[in-house]
Amino acid sequence: MTGAALWEGKAMAMSQSAIKGWYLVHKWTSLICTLFLLMLCVTGLPLIFHEELEHALEGPGALEQVAPGTVAPGIDAIVAKVLASRPGEVVQYASFDDERPIVTIGTAPKADSPPAALHNQPVDLRTGKFVPPTPKMTGFLEVMNKLHTEMFAGVYGTWFLGLMGALFLAALVSGVVIYAPFMRKLAFGTVRKTRSTRLKWLDLHNMLGVVLTGWLFVVGATGVFNTLDLPLAMWWRGGQLAEMTAPYRNLPPPTRIGPVSEAIDAAAQASPGMKVSTISWPGTFFSTPHHYNVFMVGTTPVTSKLLKPSLVDAQTGKLTDTRDMPLLIKALFLSRPLHFGDYGELPLKIIWALLDVAAIVVLGSGVYLWLGRRRAPIVRHVDEILSGSEA
Amino acid sequence: MKPQPRTAGSLWRIFRWPLAVALVTLVGLLSALIGDGPYDALSWLLLGGLLALMAVLWRRGG
Repeated sequence: MTGAALWEGKAMAMSQSAIKGWYLVHKWTSLICTLFLLMLCVTGLPLIFHEELEHALEGPGALEQVAPGTVAPGIDAIVAKVLASRPGEVVQYASFDDERPIVTIGTAPKADSPPAALHNQPVDLRTGKFVPPTPKMTGFLEVMNKLHTEMFAGVYGTWFLGLMGALFLAALVSGVVIYAPFMRKLAFGTVRKTRSTRLKWLDLHNMLGVVLTGWLFVVGATGVFNTLDLPLAMWWRGGQLAEMTAPYRNLPPPTRIGPVSEAIDAAAQASPGMKVSTISWPGTFFSTPHHYNVFMVGTTPVTSKLLKPSLVDAQTGKLTDTRDMPLLIKALFLSRPLHFGDYGELPLKIIWALLDVAAIVVLGSGVYLWLGRRRAPIVRHVDEILSGSEA
Repeated sequence: MKPQPRTAGSLWRIFRWPLAVALVTLVGLLSALIGDGPYDALSWLLLGGLLALMAVLWRRGG
């Protein structure tokens, strides 16, 4: 019996063997992923509040007052100053802060040096003064982040966690399927606390699980999607970026790189109403040897997350092409806030954390239910589901 | 066990509340993404409602 047939109103007709099948799917997908899901829920908890924790641990880093009449130095002078402080290095990117007048310049020995080689220097746009780097994921938070995203195993760790997430989604679906026969005789949200410990935990598992299903599915699916970050970036680079810059493919490397301010002007002119988010320098991963890639963003909560690449010829300062990202990449950008829960101020983060704690109870009660009856013959489990534990 | 009535009606009875909860979740998740201010507040109300619902069902249990 398929899930589709189930939705045609034949749930009550689910045969014993169908229930047995779905129960086994639920049991095994859950068992395989639960330990990792528990780890993800626990490490994810402090990560929800990483901004707040960073500020609390390192101080707010308030910006200094600027005397009226101070002339801002301009981005080209800021880039030159950062380069002068990092002999032998080149710029890889510049990133503008959403809220504060700060630009962070990333330098490295070479344009294609790996991220680990980056040196990030935040600079006050109003004065050109260096400001201390904003604390980012250091110490405890860095450990939590590494565990949560890759378990210290690089991209293979990330993909393994993606696989665990996919199993978790299967556990959710199969859980909803066996919820139907179990609930035939029961009212929504029934929790029978006094009959037996097992029944109390079983009802709690079902009640919390069914209320959380939508949230768990969205956070789970967006998490799985985010594990594909790197292949998606490579796909975009080999696809849209290559298309946009096709005429340059066989040209010799440029002899002169023009100022970044020209690239910013050209990109801003091509996308009125948008602002600059990040600029990739010529020769870096998200650009070509011939181009500055100026990523523009909109100003609404949704459009501020959708980067729009603008390729500007670094020699001439003229726009080569600007396009909206493909749908798949836009979906990736929007899936991030839906996974992190960081898009609705502090109250949403607190709610996110409490939902996460409830999810831990669902996982924990699932393990408890399995431990209690792991030697019981499967027919007893099917009976339990079919009867809703009502005699 | 006895045979049960095999109708779409009972499926609706079982899933009408979970469907309503899923809808509340979806609107709550999307509203903070679409806008700020009142949209954030709606999101707090709806997703906070999930927490309240779980607490009420747990306390009501007998």
